[in-house]
Amino acid sequence: MENKSVKETGDEIIEEFGLFEDWMSKYEYIIELGKKLPVIDPEFKTEEYKVKGCQSQVWLNADYRDGKIFYRADSDAIITKGIISLLIRVLSGHNPEEVLNADMHFIDKTGLKEHLSPNRANGLTAMIKQMKNLAANYTGKNA
Amino acid sequence: MKTLNLHKDVSFDVQKLREEFPILNQSVNGNPLVYLDNAATTQKPLSVINSIDNYYRTINSNVHRGLHTLSERATEAYEASREKIRDFINAGNTNEIVFVRGTTEGINLVAATFGRTSVNEGDEIIVTGMEHHSNLVPWQNLCREKNANLKFIPVSDEGELILDGFENMLSERTKLVSVVYVSNSLGTINPVKRIIETAHKYNVPVMIDAAQAVSHMKTDVRDLDCDFLAFSGHKIYGPTGIGILYGKENFLEKMPPYQFGGEMIKSVSYEKTVYNELPYKFEAGTPNISGSISIGAAIDFIKSSGYDNLYRHEQELLAYANEKFNSLGGIRIIGTAKEKTSVISFVLEGIHPYDTGTILDNLGIAVRTGFHCTQPLIEQRYKLPGTVRASFAVYNTKQEIDMLAEGLKKVKNMML
Repeated sequence: MENKSVKETGDEIIEEFGLFEDWMSKYEYIIELGKKLPVIDPEFKTEEYKVKGCQSQVWLNADYRDGKIFYRADSDAIITKGIISLLIRVLSGHNPEEVLNADMHFIDKTGLKEHLSPNRANGLTAMIKQMKNLAANYTGKNA
Repeated sequence: MKTLNLHKDVSFDVQKLREEFPILNQSVNGNPLVYLDNAATTQKPLSVINSIDNYYRTINSNVHRGLHTLSERATEAYEASREKIRDFINAGNTNEIVFVRGTTEGINLVAATFGRTSVNEGDEIIVTGMEHHSNLVPWQNLCREKNANLKFIPVSDEGELILDGFENMLSERTKLVSVVYVSNSLGTINPVKRIIETAHKYNVPVMIDAAQAVSHMKTDVRDLDCDFLAFSGHKIYGPTGIGILYGKENFLEKMPPYQFGGEMIKSVSYEKTVYNELPYKFEAGTPNISGSISIGAAIDFIKSSGYDNLYRHEQELLAYANEKFNSLGGIRIIGTAKEKTSVISFVLEGIHPYDTGTILDNLGIAVRTGFHCTQPLIEQRYKLPGTVRASFAVYNTKQEIDMLAEGLKKVKNMML
């Protein structure tokens, strides 16, 4: 995974989503991803790490190791967790510049954005923004 | 529609009624639409849609201004609707009927005029713990501005008001009691008449947020003896962007205008303005004319359906949903008051309302999830991250409740 570019991982997700016939199956897949998302420490589930603009609660933070960003996130809603899992898969393990310039075309191509109601799409946008903001904190730093 | 001649023990002809609502006949996400978000807004019958259409096709013109024929026709229709509303809620006269944007504006108007002129430092306003934000935030804001105190009538675990201590809360410091008639998130029908009687013993005026009441039951302002009451057109099968503020004439007379401009004036010179009479003093600018007229069509729809039929049908749906939900298991109903309208707020054990709502939406079932604009009630009082709310209207069917129950089973299978 670490060798893949953001775009490559995105393409991989588009392909996976293409295998499902209907949105119910896609949701089942997202829910599975959500259930598998690693549990995070309660210390990271505080107000300070909350992403504003989501209907469900989302907590997000990141570690910076060897010049790369590793995200850690959780939500109290499983579908949200599944979507977070996709975002982490695409963005984690890249350097800050890559995250900031990340091509998130998979969100449109999978129909995720279109399928989410504006309320939920706002939440998605807020999560991506926060992930990029975290990356911005580390730009220019050497590994 | 006009021929819906229903007897008390004949069941409601829902299928026929549904034909009056073209929006219901569609697919959403590949499934037939099941619209159960009626507490947020109701769908519109053809008579209302036609009324809006007809207004713009035939008489669109500004009211109370021109002496030309169209303007006179528009004015006549506008004022006829005001009279229809007066009759509908049994107000004393049309001076007491103010057209506003909706319940929110009605409450804001009272807060900004009556509130600002009669509440002073150390005074008190009483609301309940189950207010919609629209009957909470305006008073919070006013109290903050005036250094006044906002007090809350507490809510029980079942979602009923605990009124034991209410009389003790009232004093000469109390300037207003503002209470929701029917809780939008729980469906509780509050004993507002009793609250009004008690408050009046201490000469405290009472405002009623009737947004969730008027579509379900006869609302009679003189019987209630409320001092102010507000409701929205779009929740009673009428258009959005139009609502009614009722106020007793003696209060409205004393209140300063809310907004300033055209229509609300009698005469204007460069130096000063003489304000118009009631109710125009509160209707600055060109009003929502088509909405004001078409809310009349919505009232005709309710009248022709008949409150008795409507209420009985909705209560049947509520009872049926309760039964279904109980047999489903793993579901917690939030709000089990004895007197309820057709609102059922719930959580599936171990499943976030957001997840439930997302899957239901995918099945074509429209419900509301979240705090329902009553965040303190859901979050602070009931310690929940939100609820799922299904709210039934006159056109809903038991079959739709079956589909909701099936949908919930599916959600449980997927999530647990």
